[in-house]
Amino acid sequence: MFVGGVHPHDHKDTREAGIQELPLPGEIRLSLSQHIGAPAKPIVSAGDRVLKYQVVAEASGYVSAPIHSPTSGTVKAIEPSIHTTGRFIPAVVIEPDGEDEALDTLSNADPELTKGPEAWKKMVGEAGIVGMGGAAFPTHVKLNPPEDKPIDMVVANGVECEPFLTADHRLMLEDPESILSGLRLALRMVGAEKAVVGIEANKPDAVDRMRSMDLPEGFEVSVLPVMYPQGAEKQLIYALTGREVPSGGLPMDVGVVVQNVGTLAAIHEAITLGRPFVERVMTLGGTLSKGPGNYRVAVGTPLSHIVENTGGMTGPAARIINGGPMMGTALASLESTVTKGTSGLLLFGPGDFRELKSRACIRCGACVRGCPASLMPHTLGAMVEWDLFDGLPEFHINDCIECGCCTYVCPADRNLVQWIRQGKAELVARNRS
Amino acid sequence: MTSPVLTPSPHLRSSQTIETAMYTVLLALLPGTAVGVYFFGLNAIRVIAISVIGCLVFEALALKMRGRDFEALKDGSAVLTGLLLAMNLPSSSPGWMILIGAVVAILLSKQVYGGLGYNPFNPALVARVFLLISFPVAMTSWPEPKVFPLALDTVTKATPLGEMKTNLLLTGTIGDIANYNLMDPLLGRMMGGCLGEISALALVAGGGFLIWRGIITWHIPVTYIATVFAMTGAYWLINPQKYASPVFHLVTGGLMLGAFFMATDYVTTPVTNKGMILFGVGCGLITVFIRLFGGYPEGVSFAILLMNAATPIIDRYTRPRVFGTLKGKEARTQ
Repeated sequence: MFVGGVHPHDHKDTREAGIQELPLPGEIRLSLSQHIGAPAKPIVSAGDRVLKYQVVAEASGYVSAPIHSPTSGTVKAIEPSIHTTGRFIPAVVIEPDGEDEALDTLSNADPELTKGPEAWKKMVGEAGIVGMGGAAFPTHVKLNPPEDKPIDMVVANGVECEPFLTADHRLMLEDPESILSGLRLALRMVGAEKAVVGIEANKPDAVDRMRSMDLPEGFEVSVLPVMYPQGAEKQLIYALTGREVPSGGLPMDVGVVVQNVGTLAAIHEAITLGRPFVERVMTLGGTLSKGPGNYRVAVGTPLSHIVENTGGMTGPAARIINGGPMMGTALASLESTVTKGTSGLLLFGPGDFRELKSRACIRCGACVRGCPASLMPHTLGAMVEWDLFDGLPEFHINDCIECGCCTYVCPADRNLVQWIRQGKAELVARNRS
Repeated sequence: MTSPVLTPSPHLRSSQTIETAMYTVLLALLPGTAVGVYFFGLNAIRVIAISVIGCLVFEALALKMRGRDFEALKDGSAVLTGLLLAMNLPSSSPGWMILIGAVVAILLSKQVYGGLGYNPFNPALVARVFLLISFPVAMTSWPEPKVFPLALDTVTKATPLGEMKTNLLLTGTIGDIANYNLMDPLLGRMMGGCLGEISALALVAGGGFLIWRGIITWHIPVTYIATVFAMTGAYWLINPQKYASPVFHLVTGGLMLGAFFMATDYVTTPVTNKGMILFGVGCGLITVFIRLFGGYPEGVSFAILLMNAATPIIDRYTRPRVFGTLKGKEARTQ
């Protein structure tokens, strides 16, 4: 168990819903900012015909990832489009031609696994794979730790601690072979011997499924008590191994690499089938969705297309959330498109949230007990509220993982994590000037 | 067409609010209150009514003076302060004195600082101590408890702790207190005292309920009570003629009311578990020193108020070790 944490109702209503395919939309918008790091650089122009799996934008640095077309069609434009972060970011707009004509990717694949780790890392990078748990960090970077950081363990993250989301759960049930194959490959790429699949106890069927597989030597499936934010890398590593990632450090500092189960399946596809990252599984949920479930969708699919093709909504949405309800971002509309990090789309009505009334802190200490980083969120929040930015580093503001536990438990409805984000941003701005 | 609301994450919130906390504490005080009403009858109801209504009226007045809306009246904190103040008063308290207490609690120890959340000291305790110092006679004459008396009993009865102090001063020993029937204060039988100090059992039941509901944690009440027990036990073992038994100290006076309901006040006590343990131990030590060696027979109110004053510094030195930073010893050698 990690320190702190909260236990919201898990609302895993779509756990029984098998993964379904959705028809391709009439228009695909591939945002150039699909991942953390430098946005990709487009290499096609308006009017070009592109094939499925063809690169439309290339990585623009080491921490970046290329983007591929999920189907064949014509590039209509490269224009600013609304991103799930709410900003306008250039996107490659493709009109599918319905042929779904694909490049021959198998010729570059390594189905017999003869090419070895270095070649595989390159393949992962070229396939545009990024972390699918939500943060979307380019995967090839994580699989390529510096020489002085020996890795002994790869953790497959099947925790899925966000309420409502069940995409990883379904993937573990329906395609454990790909996940395990990806895990084996990841193990060899980082030179580790041990592999642990971490799954929370609210997914016993997934635990059984993974355990029923022919697990190689050094592989283990670990059941964790249900507690948010167990899927956060540092908390998961601590829960599984007791190792603490140092403040300001990365998992590799304690010899661990964590990969989401979906990402591992993508690694498997990239290496054995040569398939780049062009689609993902996501959960559609919330009280308003008429067709809640788990769907395999093309990257670049407009969110409105997903809603329309699953029966629509029972009423006007009061809250649209990209991702999970604890760390996901609220959207102003369904105009933006699926990115590689889109793990869920949740639609809520006006009655689903109680009215919040932020008041003075009553020092109940619930946020202190709930903080997985052992911070004093009430103090950090008050400091930002009163513009006392100088004291923030002393209270370790940058160790905050922004999981939102403090805000979740606060009986005075204080937006603690939002103040902390604001405080971090202020410190960054001050360091720049 | 309504457009979706843009709000920062987390979008889910627990159902726990200031109101649920305050009203749960009020609920937990019900057994203790019921015992008080049972033994002090109509006068107990009078004291509670004046105190609660007084606190609400002064809270409303303060909110009006500060130009705030009256929403804060509904948060339950003024009602709770009123009830706690009443529990700290004898049933014979005159109405005007209770109202002075309400003024001190709400205006002078809560609203002048900015209202709920900003007060450094427990408002009900400040009021109690203010009244104790200002009106020592009225605050220390205790009508004898009877089964639901309709009128004020003119016969008064000392509290067990008061009797102990008097005996000590007069004879140098605690006298009859050594043979005190400990079931009396436990069940709330025939002893003098405030409304809220005559049945330890009812208060413990309420306190246990609060811990079970997660409204308070065990840290303060358990360490507070354990410290009192250990300290008074040590003295009792040394000289049982001069020092009463530790069980006597637990079941008499305001210890249970203080430990479960006043020393656990969120606003005025530490936020960290370590800090709460220090707070509880500190309260216990001061309580015992006052009871055994001080001028007052009872020290719970003073102990909690003094530890309230120490809360900021306790919070400063009991910050939890941040995840991923070095542990105590390693950090110091770096």
